[in-house]
Amino acid sequence: MTKELICISCPIGCHLEVTQKGDEITVRNNKCSRGEIYGKEELLAPKRVVTATCPVKSDLMLRIPVKTTEAIPVELINRLLEELYKREVSAPVRRGDIILENFMDSGIDVVSTKTLSG
Amino acid sequence: MKTIEKDVLVIGGGSAGMAAAAEIRERNHSVAIVERDNILGGILNQCIHNGFGLHRFKEELTGPEYAERYAEIIEASDMEVFTGTTVTEIEKRDEGKTVYAYSARHGMLVFQVKAVVLAMGCRERNRGNIGTPGTRPAGVYTAGLAQRLVNMEGLMPGSKCVIVGSGDIGLIMARRMSWVGADVKAVVEIQPYPAGLTRNIVQCLNDFNIPLHLSHVVSKIHGKDRVEGIDITPLRDGIEVTEETFHIECDTLLLSVGLIPDNEIARKAGIDINRETNGPLVDSSLMTSVEGIFACGNVLHVHDLVDYVSEESHRCGAFVSDYLEHQSETKQFKMVSGSNLKYVIPNQFRADRDNHFYMRSLIVRNHAELVLTLDGKELGRKKLRHIQPSEMISFTLKEKDLDKAALDDNSTLEISLVG
Ligand SMILES: Cc1cc2nc3c(=O)[nH]c(=O)nc-3n(C[C@H](O)[C@H](O)[C@H](O)COP(=O)(O)OP(=O)(O)OC[C@H]3O[C@@H](n4cnc5c(N)ncnc54)[C@H](O)[C@@H]3O)c2cc1C
Ligand code: SF4
Repeated sequence: MTKELICISCPIGCHLEVTQKGDEITVRNNKCSRGEIYGKEELLAPKRVVTATCPVKSDLMLRIPVKTTEAIPVELINRLLEELYKREVSAPVRRGDIILENFMDSGIDVVSTKTLSG
Repeated sequence: MKTIEKDVLVIGGGSAGMAAAAEIRERNHSVAIVERDNILGGILNQCIHNGFGLHRFKEELTGPEYAERYAEIIEASDMEVFTGTTVTEIEKRDEGKTVYAYSARHGMLVFQVKAVVLAMGCRERNRGNIGTPGTRPAGVYTAGLAQRLVNMEGLMPGSKCVIVGSGDIGLIMARRMSWVGADVKAVVEIQPYPAGLTRNIVQCLNDFNIPLHLSHVVSKIHGKDRVEGIDITPLRDGIEVTEETFHIECDTLLLSVGLIPDNEIARKAGIDINRETNGPLVDSSLMTSVEGIFACGNVLHVHDLVDYVSEESHRCGAFVSDYLEHQSETKQFKMVSGSNLKYVIPNQFRADRDNHFYMRSLIVRNHAELVLTLDGKELGRKKLRHIQPSEMISFTLKEKDLDKAALDDNSTLEISLVG
């Protein structure tokens, strides 16, 4: 099976040709090694970094931005977003503070991307 | 009424204003920032997605993280920052400038300064600027406003939407709207190629099976009080093929049809405006036609990458410092854009230092060359990989590459693009 994929690891966007033969996957047309990793992962288990905002009690802002520490499997994204959009965060929060730990045993945390004192 | 005296006032606390102010303070001049919003950071605060800072910090940051790195530098300094404060007017005096601002907290503020940095960012083009026919129902938003509503206020603009224009802000919003549960029906782009980055087409449209209609226009908006649907018509050789018009039901339209510098205060201050960029005309030190008033970031020309905004604004801060130290009264020469370029900035250069130029292409090509000529004689070339109008091109002319002997008072440098 051969699939055409576009690498999103950097803004160049190489058009990859990913072929699976049994257990072996080969990636072609990648300009660098990150393209090979992306091509394999995208075929077997696609992942994305997710960002969102959670409600926060503060005079300065209504919502605080957050992100996953790494790309998470796409099948978990909708459940994660549902959880995040209603999770109330209380100030003070520092950039990098964990908002949600080890989401569904994925080993991936969600952290704040902004600092909010008081 | 409170009066504040400083060397410099920076208007706008986005990435441009913060970088310029940091640089000026670093050079030991006193500086204050006035920011309309409650927090520093500008537009970056609503750009919660990642992908910022790859050039500058060699890391992939979200917009708020990028902004906060700069805000921390500002907060760690002794600079005065007036948030929740809006500048209304700049007045020229014989010596320096007077700037008027107001805020709910401070009331009216008057700044007496030697120099001013304009860093007010840009506005989004709206429907008035593009002229779509049909009724004027509710449910039509600019993509940036929708981004602010969803990300900062937690409000939903609508449940079934179509995005007009394929710029990056529109694409990012296609994903965001899908993530918050809306049904994004299509993206409509008048040009035969997408305006945004390929990676955004992949992760914001393809991931959600959102169709992208290239060479198509919105020919009609239906609905009386609220948008009920739109007609989309394909273009062939620039002409609408009306018999192939199709209808999409939707309650919301997001317009991502471009940005323009916010030049209202500049106009009022009598600053000459560049017709190609809609920002101020500037010399090689990013100083406008009014002495002592400088500009950087999106108020000067619209940038697509914040990294370039920071780079340009640090440079602007250094130029302001040179000006305060009386170092910038050197002869300047003319710089113009030639074939296949919409504009080049700045429109002057100096022979006694490196000159950095930003420009925008009018064409889409996979390979192209920048050609530099001085009074018609070729000075140098640079190969470019992929160019398109939505991606800014930067170019540095090194002092050593300039043949100073060939320069006379009327010398003109021209930069053009060959495809
Ligand atoms: C909607 C949108 C989305 C974008 N998304 C991306 C992206 O995903 N990635 C990327 O790299 N770049 C993006 N950009 C590009 C962005 O232009 C730059 O990244 C950069 O942040 C612009 O910085 P700036 O300081 O010039 O403008 P801004 O960040 O807009 O800052 C201008 C500041 O001036 C303040 N201001 C304006 N008028 C006054 C006044 N009269 N008095 C006091 N304060 C005033 C405003 O409140 C604002 O805080 C986006 C731009 C927009 C408009
Ligand atoms: S393969 Fe390498 S160069 Fe090509 S898009 Fe991926 S990361 Fe970029």
